[in-house]
Amino acid sequence: MELSLSPEQQELRKLVRDFAEREVKPRAEAIDHNSEFPRDLVDKAAKLGLLGILVPDTYGGAGLDHVSFAIFVEEVARFCASTAVILDVHTSVGTEPIVLFGSEEQKRRWLPDLAQGKKLAAFALTEPEAGSDAAHLKTTATHRDGGYVLNGTKIFITNAGEAQLYVVMASTRPGSGAEGISAFLVGGDNPGLKVGPKFKKMGLNGSAIAEVYLEDCAVDEGDRLGGEGQGFRIAMRALDSGRVGISAQAVGLAQGALDDAVAYAKERKQFGKPIAELQTIQNKIADMAVKVRAARWMTWKAASLCDAGQPFTKEASMAKLFATDAAMEVTLDALQVFGGYGYLEEYPMARRVRDAKACQIYEGTNQVQRIVIARELVPA
Amino acid sequence: MDFALNDEQRQIREMVHDICIERVEPRAAEIDESGEFPWDIKDLFAKHDILAIPFTPEYGGVSGSALTLIVAVEEISKFCVTSSLILSVQSLGSLPIWLAGTEEQKRKYLPPLARGERLAAFALTEPGSGSDASGMRTRAIKRGDTYVMNGSKTFITGGSVADTVVVFARTDQNGDTPARNISAFIVEKTMPGFKVGKLEKKMGIRGSPTAQLFFEDLALPVANRLGNEGEGFKLAMRVLDHSRPGIAAQALGIAEGAFDLARRYARDRRQFGKPIAEFQGIQFMLADMATQIEAARALTYASGDALDRRLPDITASSAMAKVFASDTAMRVTTDAVQILGGYGYLRDFPAERMMRDAKITQIYEGTNEIQRLVIAREVLKETP
Repeated sequence: MELSLSPEQQELRKLVRDFAEREVKPRAEAIDHNSEFPRDLVDKAAKLGLLGILVPDTYGGAGLDHVSFAIFVEEVARFCASTAVILDVHTSVGTEPIVLFGSEEQKRRWLPDLAQGKKLAAFALTEPEAGSDAAHLKTTATHRDGGYVLNGTKIFITNAGEAQLYVVMASTRPGSGAEGISAFLVGGDNPGLKVGPKFKKMGLNGSAIAEVYLEDCAVDEGDRLGGEGQGFRIAMRALDSGRVGISAQAVGLAQGALDDAVAYAKERKQFGKPIAELQTIQNKIADMAVKVRAARWMTWKAASLCDAGQPFTKEASMAKLFATDAAMEVTLDALQVFGGYGYLEEYPMARRVRDAKACQIYEGTNQVQRIVIARELVPA
Repeated sequence: MDFALNDEQRQIREMVHDICIERVEPRAAEIDESGEFPWDIKDLFAKHDILAIPFTPEYGGVSGSALTLIVAVEEISKFCVTSSLILSVQSLGSLPIWLAGTEEQKRKYLPPLARGERLAAFALTEPGSGSDASGMRTRAIKRGDTYVMNGSKTFITGGSVADTVVVFARTDQNGDTPARNISAFIVEKTMPGFKVGKLEKKMGIRGSPTAQLFFEDLALPVANRLGNEGEGFKLAMRVLDHSRPGIAAQALGIAEGAFDLARRYARDRRQFGKPIAEFQGIQFMLADMATQIEAARALTYASGDALDRRLPDITASSAMAKVFASDTAMRVTTDAVQILGGYGYLRDFPAERMMRDAKITQIYEGTNEIQRLVIAREVLKETP
């Protein structure tokens, strides 16, 4: 056992922390307030090579591991969960499926641009009537003219409208459940792909989430990722990594909230002394710190299992469940430490609470995570 | 970053596991029912060098790694917490000697403890003083080359069976702050003036004797003092930094034992025509239990790794592991009893014993309320 970051991972952490403090932190409030997609931050992160963190260097990426990926997402999320989820979705579920399952041609075509941030990626699995129950997707892919035509509606698609690449799951054999699902790489400029208006949300206001409509959307056979019928496997594998990313996002949210709560508790005086000296505040701080640390270890464990090429589905789900529940609890407690000020939008505490809620819901609700975990614990 | 156990740890886990399945698990209910110290288990652990795990080879041990000890304690605790305490207390009672002893003291006291010929105990708590040193009443007054100790200790785990007891006592004449007045001493049970009082009747860990100890004009050579005068409290705190991961390991083992039991039961028990494990209500309980255990394991192993690598924040990491793992043990054992339903409440099944045993892990070596104070102090120290 060696539970420490490698020199490279420490260096990356320093780089991203510096980026987050210098660039992300001052922008976070405006991004939230104006529901503004932070194109500037995406570009700046791209310049640092962060968008290609999981892409091998032969395709223009940084070729780093999943622990590094988790560090990257956490550090950004400390200040802005919207920016973190944009980068996370691009890096994990948007780009990684090509790294793992793409043909040489697909890799050459897409990865360099994705790695350098010239293109942004999105992942289109969820539909109005099927999210985690992916085997019951209604979107179809029908053979036509040596290629496919996709038809259907996707919903809750992060980066929709901003992305130049959509990894789309559709059924090539409707009615045959998971085995009929295939994955497709659809360009954002495909005339058959349309994006609905951005949803208004409780939080994560900087992240664009919308419906994606596939209307006789024609793609070539060469745009199919993996074999026909492999889509479900590709999606599940993508979600495993994606869950590590969401865990890291939750850890960042919670760590940011804890840092602010600690600083405030030391400053704020009541009854003649800093509230940090009151035991009830100390208890909150202690419980918050324990949850953050446990969540981070779980996230890193899932990431390092992935890096070691071992199964990590259960660990990723456990990390996602624990870290996002922890983020909800910790951000709420941190807001409470701030009292009335915590409720004001001029402080980041309320925003973190609004943002944390999404983490318990997307990439599979925490109820779905429990189903995944239980399935691993008690196989049918 | 590597979360895997090394070969030594895996081998020790396997060895301990096999011994526990064969000899410890079948005795666990009896030990609990009788409330008697399991000398047979102590001999078994000594014979297989399990009691030598906390010690480095130079003092007759087989490891000395905090993480290896955690793995062993965790494994035993899955089957019988009382038995795990034999090992934990051997470590706890030896730690002050290992951390503060002179080379001579180490050579004299540690090897017989490593061989399991002698048993150790750690005597800090008094009726009016536990985590708060200022209430300590036991005194050791220096007269020439000898200290004369008078006072009593309470809640001393293994106190009635120990041969070598590290006792904390005030050595001030008057003045100085309470924490700086305390010194540590190696007391042997054969010394005149050492008396064992009544054994407590407890809710759980019933085979682990919890004793009152009395010191009546007990004469101690200066050579039995550990470290300098006045350094005792600091030493006690350092010992607890090292030992709390052991309590976390115990709690982790209890939780895992209870979880395994509940999972097995949920697969076998049929209601409404199918195993109750197929009902989402039960599945969610199992998923939450397993997730809490995973988190507890991460914190516990990380605290052991931090000790082995002498990282600076062991006070925080040890306290975090202790508080989280013990709260987890309480929740998981309570849920395990619930999943077993009426059967869980019966003495015929081990679930209720695990729940009774889990409760102590939230209390001893500093209650979880004290852990939170310790953690908050550490977190508030680091300025973000």
